[in-house]
Amino acid sequence: MTRNFNNFNSMYLDVLKEIGNIGCGNAVTSLAKMINRKIQMEVPKVKILDFKEVSDVLGSADEPVVGIMLNVHGSITGSILFILDIKHARMLVNMLMGYNNRIGAAFDEIELSALKEMGNILASSYLSALSELTKIQVIPSVPDISIDMAGAILSVPAIGFGKLGDSVLYIETEFYEDCTKVVGDFFLVPELESYDVLLKALGVV
Amino acid sequence: MQKIVKVGMADFKAIEHPGILTTLGLGSCVGIALFDWKIKVIGLAHIMLPSSSSARNKDNVAKFADTAAIQLIAQMKRKGANTKDIVAKLAGGAKMFNFTNSSDILNVGERNVASAKNVLEELRIPIVSCDTGGNYGRTIELHSDDGLLHIKTIGHGVKVI
Repeated sequence: MTRNFNNFNSMYLDVLKEIGNIGCGNAVTSLAKMINRKIQMEVPKVKILDFKEVSDVLGSADEPVVGIMLNVHGSITGSILFILDIKHARMLVNMLMGYNNRIGAAFDEIELSALKEMGNILASSYLSALSELTKIQVIPSVPDISIDMAGAILSVPAIGFGKLGDSVLYIETEFYEDCTKVVGDFFLVPELESYDVLLKALGVV
Repeated sequence: MQKIVKVGMADFKAIEHPGILTTLGLGSCVGIALFDWKIKVIGLAHIMLPSSSSARNKDNVAKFADTAAIQLIAQMKRKGANTKDIVAKLAGGAKMFNFTNSSDILNVGERNVASAKNVLEELRIPIVSCDTGGNYGRTIELHSDDGLLHIKTIGHGVKVI
């Protein structure tokens, strides 16, 4: 059966959006516990983008961004990627580490590790929401982090989707502590064979 | 000031002299840069996947190394280029994330480079230089006046091949 994003129905998107919502809710709760502060979030936005627009999501395609990626095993295989621009990554690190006014793109070892852990928490929360809803088993790997050009990092999920169509599905999340707002993007990239498993489990097909 | 034409992801373009073709942020994607050294027509493809045979959706020929190279050469020919005068340069094919048990998606950079090399060999286009692999992104610029490919990175320097 041929399926691509050009004919994904709105119900499928709603389901993914709801999972995103629950997942982010879980993630924000874990984050709030971790740093012992109140954190609020917006309802995530699910968007479908054309390849040509993808690299411009975060500004120019050669601007540096932070990408944190995990592999997924179990009943479905694929990967999950969390992307932040440098400014928001810095805000997140400051939020996590309790710094007041550090700036700039030079992250030290501990800060990189904190970012990786943050991506880990967000991605794992998303996956556990997915797993609970669909009753399928998903096991995340340890995360890896890369700070490089937006286009280069975004090409990783884009390639995963590339076999299906000419667009990418992503989930934009926003959360904030007081007036500090952090915006990040999630990409869930199931491998080709996993789409049917996922859609069936979601009750969409 | 020369005209600079941008090539997007899963896209290709050919232009006549004088001009510059650029594509931003190549990760595991590969930039196939072609140069007709006689009449200075240049072409650039930003491919994402090694081969159209493994994909379910093949509408966009620019996405795959095999089909993009063939179509790009056809487009260059329409601008007066000659297959026997075309030389190629490759850049990109990096591995942006590192995992021990790498899946298909993660090794795609390497496979993209291999496929691009294969298809160019089949088309009898010599590859004169390459800057591929590594774990970092590249922004490339192909100049029609000398056929040089300028490569910019974040933290890995600038190169001209």
